[in-house]
Amino acid sequence: MWRRLRALIVKELLAVLRDPRSRMILIGPPLVQLFLFSYAATLDVTNVDIGILNRDAGRWSAELVQRLDGAPTFRSIMPISRLEEAREVIDNRQVLAVLNIGEDFSRNIATGKPAKIQVILDGRRSNASQIVLGYLSAITNDLSQLIQIKDETRLSQVKSAIAVRHWFNSNLIYMWFTVPGLMGTLGLLIALVVAGQSVARERELGTFDQLMVSPLRVHEILIGKMLPPLIIGVVQATAFLLVATLFFEVPLRGALALLYVGVVFFLAAVIGIGLFISSLSQTQQQAFLGTFLFAAPAILLSGFATPIENMPEWLQLITEANPLRHFLVIARGVFLKDMPALDVASNIVPLILIAAFTLSVAAWLFRQRME
Amino acid sequence: MKHEIAIQPESTGRLRRLTALLAKESIQIVRDPSSILIAFVLPLILLFLFGYGVSLDANSVRIGLAVEAPSEPSHSLAAAFRASRFFNVSEARDRRELEPLLIAGDIRGIVVIPARFGGEVSRDPRTARIQVLTDGSEPNTAKFVENYAQGVWQNWLAGRQSGGSAAPRVSLEARFWFNPELRSRYFLVPGVIAIVMTLVGTLLTALVVAREWERGTMEAMMATPISTVELIVGKLLPYFVLGLGAMALCTGVGVFLFGVPLRGSFLALLAISAAFLVPALGQGLLISSATKNQFVASQAALLSGFLPATLLSGFIFEIGSMPKLIQAITYLVPARYLIPSLQTVFLAGDIWPLFLKDIAAMLGFGAVFLFLTIRTTRKSLE
Repeated sequence: MWRRLRALIVKELLAVLRDPRSRMILIGPPLVQLFLFSYAATLDVTNVDIGILNRDAGRWSAELVQRLDGAPTFRSIMPISRLEEAREVIDNRQVLAVLNIGEDFSRNIATGKPAKIQVILDGRRSNASQIVLGYLSAITNDLSQLIQIKDETRLSQVKSAIAVRHWFNSNLIYMWFTVPGLMGTLGLLIALVVAGQSVARERELGTFDQLMVSPLRVHEILIGKMLPPLIIGVVQATAFLLVATLFFEVPLRGALALLYVGVVFFLAAVIGIGLFISSLSQTQQQAFLGTFLFAAPAILLSGFATPIENMPEWLQLITEANPLRHFLVIARGVFLKDMPALDVASNIVPLILIAAFTLSVAAWLFRQRME
Repeated sequence: MKHEIAIQPESTGRLRRLTALLAKESIQIVRDPSSILIAFVLPLILLFLFGYGVSLDANSVRIGLAVEAPSEPSHSLAAAFRASRFFNVSEARDRRELEPLLIAGDIRGIVVIPARFGGEVSRDPRTARIQVLTDGSEPNTAKFVENYAQGVWQNWLAGRQSGGSAAPRVSLEARFWFNPELRSRYFLVPGVIAIVMTLVGTLLTALVVAREWERGTMEAMMATPISTVELIVGKLLPYFVLGLGAMALCTGVGVFLFGVPLRGSFLALLAISAAFLVPALGQGLLISSATKNQFVASQAALLSGFLPATLLSGFIFEIGSMPKLIQAITYLVPARYLIPSLQTVFLAGDIWPLFLKDIAAMLGFGAVFLFLTIRTTRKSLE
């Protein structure tokens, strides 16, 4: 049995790795993607251009403009003279927001009346706009407190009344969040595609029937089909791990072994899904598009970019069936939080269930073909 | 067949060849359910998820609250946190009970009201200290917790300094143009259209044509009197129509089911989409004729088409916030020109100067891709 199995594994590995371009595409581009997207995937908002329509000649609007100028978020401040101009620069996406300061702004403050500033934001980019509004209100809050206290040092005292500490990532470096996430997402794509192609390719070429009439048993074929993507996936995860820790300097605080255990079960679950799709498909094209039909929602519903907690309850329930969701908890947990083995295990259990279910369905589909 | 064509005038021959080719390609699309799946089912799934589920705005974050010693001020502050609609509070006497929950990811922050808090408030409430611990492994949520904890604290403080003077004097009156209620589906629908057109244009085309190369049917086609340009047009036109069909479906569902406004004209939407499909299809065709292998083509299409269209187009992540080098790379992603125009045509209206700039860029890329495709296709024949 072992000889048969070994021969099959060698054959399966060769099927993927024989072609030099396939070899290259499995290793090179994913690494490039890891670099590229680690830098790109940030929900921070910086380098923002804003416009100011300032009709107030007093001291406080000058103070405000100065504070905006000093804020690192804003790249340029465009002076605007008319409201129609504001419309134009927002329409053409030259600025994200326009502040409209009325002529009575400083006067209101001096006489103790509430002073309002109108902010027009580009709702087409609703996310960035909301974040920028947050920055702007932080600046105006400082300004109001300064007006009340009239003393900069007292101001910092009041502000420090809340001592905030960000655990696991004290400077909130966004990359520490993105890089482990990309490890999972790119890993998902590669393992899924390799597993998804395996059966479908043989079917398209007509060699699947040969495999079926060989002395190999169904579970042996299944193992033979599982191992190549598993090996490729683990090698790739190792490469990602090296880049993440050595290049991006994401701290690996937890046990490396736990991370690898997570990787293996994650890959098993993903490969199960891939083989399931593959055995349903008649052609490589169908298999590929089928894996895609799974991968796109799986990435969306994984917590990679948007938190699971924001989703409605019923959708959160669906995400339980998504291997990437569980792996991301493990990856981020082991990397940053030194997650205890018990917490890791509670995320591995669903992975095992997914793998067991999809692999047995795939085996059943194989068997259907044999009879 | 050949003889017949040979005696026909050149123009009708070309037309006949082209219609025959178009018919063949269209039948191929209709026969294979997977193309329909990608062009019409996947968009529906994505729209549905975006419309009902996936959202970037946190509504209510689970946090832990540790009140270390009961006192009147700590009770009232705790009540303020409980009352906030931004937090979903679970309480404990000791923060050490809450820390494992933070590690497991069950809560995203801990607010600690220390034992000395009561005493400090009676001296000067403005300098009484509380502690906020957040789960920095999710930076966005961490910032959310920080900001809203600050907000709860300030409101509470303002309430205690009963005089009314504590209300912020300078306030912002925000107006979000184009999307006053900040519905995230408004800005996600254009994103879905971009993704789906990339999939149909680049991924599907790359796969289908690579298969023809793999099987040798492409060479067979080349041996017919069809010219390279005719062949390319024949290949692309059906997918062009399919891409526009997928776009129309997304628009229909977005507008009629999700209430996304289409403030610009349908003509502008059509022009923008059609312009985008040129580079998308060109890229797919180029990948297939450069790889001639379905597996490699699929990977190349995924990595150079789909992922950049999602991550580097400004659809989710702001391009302006990326490092300079990455910003420069985004200029090479056709979807980068599509997203702003689509968002504008849906939410703002017809702003032609913006559209024309983007359309020109997209057509430029399309021309380059098609030129390269023609070159690689010709070369491979020799």
